[in-house]
Amino acid sequence: MQTTEPLVKADNLSVKFNVGSTGFWGQEAKWLSAVDNVSLHLDPGEVLGLVGESGSGKTTTGRAILRRVPIASGTVTFKGQDITHVKGEKLRNLRRNMQAVFQDPYDSLNPNQSVLEIIAEPLLVHGLIKNIKEARPEVKEFLDLVGMPTDAVDRYPHAFSGGQRQRIGIARALALKPEFIVADEPVSALDVSIQAQIVNLMQDLRSELNLTYLFIAHDLSVVRHISDRIAIMYAGQLVETSDRTSVYDRPSHPYTQALLSAVPIPDPVVESQRKRLKVVGEVPNLIDPPEGCRFSSRCPYVRDRCLAEAPELREIAPKHEVACHFVEDIPALSLAAMGS
Amino acid sequence: MTEVRKEPYLLEVKDLQVSFYTRRGIIRAVRGVHLKMERGETLGIVGESGSGKSVTARAILGLVDLPGAITGGDILWNGESLLHGKGAKARARKVRGKEMAMVFQNPMTSFNPLYTIGSQIREVLKYHLGMNKKQGTERATELLSLVGMSNPKSRVDQYPHEFSGGMRQRAMIAMALASEPKLLIADEPTTALDVTIQAQILELLDDLQSRLGLTTILITHDLAVVAGVCHRVRVMYAGRFLEKGSAEEIFGKPGHPYTVGLLKSTPRLDELVPRLYSIAGSPPDLRLPVTGCTFLPRCEIGEDSCGVTEPLLTGKKGAREVACYRSFEAESVIEAELEAEWEALARADD
Repeated sequence: MQTTEPLVKADNLSVKFNVGSTGFWGQEAKWLSAVDNVSLHLDPGEVLGLVGESGSGKTTTGRAILRRVPIASGTVTFKGQDITHVKGEKLRNLRRNMQAVFQDPYDSLNPNQSVLEIIAEPLLVHGLIKNIKEARPEVKEFLDLVGMPTDAVDRYPHAFSGGQRQRIGIARALALKPEFIVADEPVSALDVSIQAQIVNLMQDLRSELNLTYLFIAHDLSVVRHISDRIAIMYAGQLVETSDRTSVYDRPSHPYTQALLSAVPIPDPVVESQRKRLKVVGEVPNLIDPPEGCRFSSRCPYVRDRCLAEAPELREIAPKHEVACHFVEDIPALSLAAMGS
Repeated sequence: MTEVRKEPYLLEVKDLQVSFYTRRGIIRAVRGVHLKMERGETLGIVGESGSGKSVTARAILGLVDLPGAITGGDILWNGESLLHGKGAKARARKVRGKEMAMVFQNPMTSFNPLYTIGSQIREVLKYHLGMNKKQGTERATELLSLVGMSNPKSRVDQYPHEFSGGMRQRAMIAMALASEPKLLIADEPTTALDVTIQAQILELLDDLQSRLGLTTILITHDLAVVAGVCHRVRVMYAGRFLEKGSAEEIFGKPGHPYTVGLLKSTPRLDELVPRLYSIAGSPPDLRLPVTGCTFLPRCEIGEDSCGVTEPLLTGKKGAREVACYRSFEAESVIEAELEAEWEALARADD
């Protein structure tokens, strides 16, 4: 069916964390199922937006794909190669091709390293250079690429603002010339005017270097802007996936509808006329998740079947999948009908 | 309405100046802020980090500590100064924390982890209303149910770590309301929360305001939050207000180039654009003396003459005011520029 082979693929991916104290008396281990049976793929050059609230497992999914957390079950495929159990030198070589950009530009840069050291370190670790100094011209090129002055090379992170630090973080991720980047909330710690700068930079770099992004964020507006396709997570599971328009034009899962309803729009006129689906309560405990649908405790349309049986993703329109038993019965909530 | 006007404003801030005396220089964080609050209204103050919006709030509540200090201006409560003149200090002590209360940004760190939520709310009740333990527990339970907490009777004896982020923010609002304040200042009350929880908290604040007749100042960096909640909006930049007006006016027809830039650089859920506008550069260093417009280095329509004297808020008093020599000219310029960029992008795609 597919014309191109996906660059990255995750099939039935699950991640569990041991949160039970295996203390002196050897209590039973408790497992938190952070990611449960998630399947997704990214075609080369594509941006997939992975959206969810805190605790939804979006970050863990990204880390599992990068092989940064142990995978409980399922497989991760990169360029057609199963990398779920790759180890040692092979894993290290693999990581040259998949890099991460982190959320907090204040925490993710070592304050004791100069910008030169920060950006050249991946090159040194992977044996592409013998010493840091050697990388100087190359680091300058990367700084230029991310829109930083090249004289930043000898300065330290404290001398830069949040937006500039995030640019340095991006330069570090690009240093190994990866094809795939997991960007985990790369703009959520930044001010609005700086957010736009970084989003634009990421878009430029994508087309210049033909990058593939897994763009993880909680901000649906930013995700819509940058992504080709969207996947929405709730309590460790995917609830809806589609291209960038369907999910906004025809949000179908009750959680997606609630999530979209909660996002404020900077326009008082639109705000006062909007149709909204309000939900109460909070995300369920994932140590002992509900048996049926994980959203059932908050869903206004809940029925008996939802409590007993977990719904699976199924296609309701071309390239639009929803995990809800009664999706056909759920009243539509369209952003287009908001009067904009 | 006319009756209200005869009374003094609930809160009036006149030419407020706040500076921080650091080793690396004097940071003039707030440089002349004027504010009048009518009873029962909601004012939104929007600004980016470092704009002075939080410092303004903290100064009103007397929470600016060394190395910071209020270096000028006045704060009036019901027409009486809280800073200058006889009895001002005693008055301030009575008003602050009782008649005006604050909800802070981070519900995770704003509670003492060693005491139960109930005992922390009781402390406020004891200090301001002289309640004993039994009365206090009763009232604390009422307050928790007022802010929409289920099971308030058992919640009152729980510790902060047993609450989720949203619940903690509700408890925080309950604590702020304990002293029955007239003015509630909420400083980024939803920034640390998820969107669905944010929607719940904003609705709660809105509901409480109409039920209790609260006057609210909402401070945020998020224009979209302000659009849904506030009647009046001020845009703050580099320690001053650049623009004020009703929410409809500011979002419908922004007058200051900075406001235009902020709106154009915020992606909207209901609108897909090929590329966002981005305001170049970063905010000015407030240790340096200000000459001319503080936004000039980042401004699309700035002229040399803007760099001579700093523009003040001008316009019809009490209604729409913009601090710009070329107010209302930026929107069309920026829109034209963006459209040209979008066209170029579309051509490059083909």
